[in-house]
Amino acid sequence: MSETAVRVTTKKDWMSDQEVRWCPGCGDYGVLQAVQQLMPELGVVPERTVFVSGIGCSSRFPYYMNTYGMHSIHGRAPAIATGVAVARPDLDVWVVTGDGDALSIGGNHLIHALRRNVNLKILLFNNRIYGLTKGQYSPTSEVGKVTKSTPFGSVDHPFNPLSLVIGSEATFVARTHDLDRKHMMGVLRAAYEHRGASFVEIFQNCNVFNDGAFEDIIGKQVRGEMMIDLKHGEPIRFGADGHKGVVMGGDGQLRIVEVADVSPDDLLVHDAHRADPALAFALARITHDEHQATPFGVFRDVKRDDYGHLVAAQLVQASERKGPGDLAALLRSNGTWTIG
Amino acid sequence: MTITSPQAKGETEAVSYVVVRFAGDSGDGMQVTGDRFTSVSALFGNDLSTFPDYPAEIRAPAGTVNGVSSFQIHISDHDITTPGDAPNVLIAMNPAALKADVHLLIPGGLVIVNSDNFEARDLEKAEYEANPLTDGSLRNYRVVEIPMTTLTQRVTEPLGVKARDAERSKNFFALGLISWLYTRPTEPTIAWIEKRFKDLVKDSNLAAFRAGYNFGETTELFDHPYEVRPAKLPAGEYTNVSGNTALAWGIVAAGQLSKLPVLLGSYPITPASDVLHELSKHKHFGVRTVQAEDEIAAAGMALGAAFAGHLGYTTTSGPGVALKSETMSLAVSLELPLVLVDIQRGGPSTGLPTKTEAADLNLAMYGRHSEAPLPIVAAYRPSHCFDAVIEASRIALKYRTPVILLSDGYLANGSEPWNLPDVATLPDISTSFATEPNHTAPDGTPEFWPYLRDPETLARPWAIPGTPLLMHRIGGIEKEDGTGNIDYTPANHEKMVRLRQAKIDGIARDIPLAEVVGDADAHVCVLGWGSTWGAISSAVELVRESGKKVAWIHLTHLNPFPANLGDLLRGFSRVIVPELNGGQLCRIVRANYLIDARSVSKIQGRPFMSAELVNEIEKEFS
Repeated sequence: MSETAVRVTTKKDWMSDQEVRWCPGCGDYGVLQAVQQLMPELGVVPERTVFVSGIGCSSRFPYYMNTYGMHSIHGRAPAIATGVAVARPDLDVWVVTGDGDALSIGGNHLIHALRRNVNLKILLFNNRIYGLTKGQYSPTSEVGKVTKSTPFGSVDHPFNPLSLVIGSEATFVARTHDLDRKHMMGVLRAAYEHRGASFVEIFQNCNVFNDGAFEDIIGKQVRGEMMIDLKHGEPIRFGADGHKGVVMGGDGQLRIVEVADVSPDDLLVHDAHRADPALAFALARITHDEHQATPFGVFRDVKRDDYGHLVAAQLVQASERKGPGDLAALLRSNGTWTIG
Repeated sequence: MTITSPQAKGETEAVSYVVVRFAGDSGDGMQVTGDRFTSVSALFGNDLSTFPDYPAEIRAPAGTVNGVSSFQIHISDHDITTPGDAPNVLIAMNPAALKADVHLLIPGGLVIVNSDNFEARDLEKAEYEANPLTDGSLRNYRVVEIPMTTLTQRVTEPLGVKARDAERSKNFFALGLISWLYTRPTEPTIAWIEKRFKDLVKDSNLAAFRAGYNFGETTELFDHPYEVRPAKLPAGEYTNVSGNTALAWGIVAAGQLSKLPVLLGSYPITPASDVLHELSKHKHFGVRTVQAEDEIAAAGMALGAAFAGHLGYTTTSGPGVALKSETMSLAVSLELPLVLVDIQRGGPSTGLPTKTEAADLNLAMYGRHSEAPLPIVAAYRPSHCFDAVIEASRIALKYRTPVILLSDGYLANGSEPWNLPDVATLPDISTSFATEPNHTAPDGTPEFWPYLRDPETLARPWAIPGTPLLMHRIGGIEKEDGTGNIDYTPANHEKMVRLRQAKIDGIARDIPLAEVVGDADAHVCVLGWGSTWGAISSAVELVRESGKKVAWIHLTHLNPFPANLGDLLRGFSRVIVPELNGGQLCRIVRANYLIDARSVSKIQGRPFMSAELVNEIEKEFS
């Protein structure tokens, strides 16, 4: 997307000189590696790339990227990044955020950036806990979660991040996780190639305050039966030899079935490009708790004009209609009279 | 536009000024009527000052005192600075308007009422126990009763206008009448009605306007019309401008003068929304406007745009400033240019959204966590909003700092003739972006240090995305001076706090010294800021005309103060500080300069009257 001639870069060009200070074993390392490895493959250059973050463990991310970057304030990264992207549609702007940052204190900015379809690549590191403040429950923590602020268990019903963002008119919605760099790079590449707002939920392990939050889904022993890999245009199947699949019942409900028990024609075919968001929403809701099979990959990828270009287009149209701005004429636009 | 003098039945009496107040129900069109009277007076060449005064409710219950909407205008044949203490004439369209505003009038003032609206039910809604037109309570005024609704209906009926629709034209009857009474040319109003309205509404309004004018001329209710001759103002080309329009144009100008694209992030709030409305019309100047999802986002977008190399603005009022506070602190830490415009209104909380107050000085000065100083500029008259926002932008750009510009509801909505500047004489406020590395690493590699400061201004370089080799990360975490790398060490934090303060303090070298207006050898000095300028100006003039010596200092820069302010103030034995707040500037100058300044405070959602300040100044001579 960069307008400059493509210069070949290497992973090293994208690494800043700052020491990475996440806890040893943190899932954030995996995301940083994937992003730094992906950038050279995208054919973009560091000077036209901006990372904006809010507050939280994940929000230290910009310090480690040798690009332009801003570590801002809690929850506000989508708003600040909107300012960058609207001012400068020529830049690639990435937002790095977490479940507390994006869904709690910054929920308003997230939904509005998505509805406007600002050209932002939003990476939500979901670890279902507040890490930087040392272990309080987050808006994605499960009911009953015992944390420092919920000694008797949380009674808060959590958000399903993907159904929230699909409801916010997001044009690109995907999910990946921190244990599979190849999968993550594929999803991030698709997010990058989407013009407009891209939202990627990354299941990310906090090994200090919420270790193994996603182990029942993405753990190496179980993932074959628990991860549903979405591929556009293909029947949704998973498990060993694809023995399980997803069908839509007559009641409109999605169900996981044994493929052998249904006709192959009954299997749901994934369509990420469908304008109507109902299918993506249903797929996002197929998982009711952390012990159920969960879809990964691109849920939704539809075209809509991005905000920065729409704003810029109005400036161009105004100039074509009125000519370049004439300050002296503006000051006289309400009528004048002369004395002396 | 040609101005023709109307023909009058009697001798026209010349008067040097008049203050007219139009008052009616919120739906009666009093603001439009006032605007038209203003416009025609401006074109006629009077000096003028206006004061729209309306309720927060869009349509409060009809006929109640809470729903009264007023517009006061002071026109004169000489230079004036306020909308006038007390009206000479009140046009009251209903009992509620009469009740709300008649006490403002000068003794013996003229009250023109729409007598059609004084039925029992109307009186009840205004909570009048007896009819004020008959119970003798208005004996100190000259009261003229005119059935404006009936007369308007009668003149519009032949056009096919229904009686109910004719009601909506009665404000033009009132405008016509006042236009006759003060010898206003009719052509501009007729031309405006023809342009603004269509079909039957146009015809109805024109008929009502002409009927009102003719009514004045042909009836015996008034002895003769008055004339306020054009003012002898300095030569120049003038336009009539409100504070909010001047502010919006000033933002456009700042973009041109800095050669930078502008981005305004704003969220609708009274009385600031008109700046967003006005700026959103001027996209061909390279102005981007975003109506954000909330006040916080509006500031965040402006800051993001500033990081990307735009001139970022966010406009709001007090409640919005509170919400933007954390973003302003971030801007202080990031050391990026940003202008926050606070168009103050009565508070706390929702307070008096449509009424003026200047009580956000403390908020501007101290309303951020920790040590987060930033420059503050205050506009003092509607047309000054133009210059003030250019000055705020100049400081923001030169010192890479967020700046707060204070205006208020009175300046925002009030209007006055403005001697237009020659745009070629406006200041160059351009700045430069960093384009190459500014430091060499020990191994000889060129590198970019985002916090390597200009030794004179202490401003840091502004390197915008897209510039090769200057990639850098900035954030709210304390950073090492020079490199900008995260640094929590105790000594570095103190150094950075003191550097940020020194940078703001140093701006005092780059702003004009405070000037004493009036008698420099006086014992008494009036210290003012913001929109009190008009009332102080006329009060100081009145006291000096009475033979007493008074000095006056009016501040445009509130942080830092002009370098000579302390010395100047210590030279007077008495200092009084009139403010539309509880004494905020007064406390600051007492603390900063150890002077025994006295606060003169008014917190009623209204500007000072000149007479109030005359009284306060004279107390210092007793």
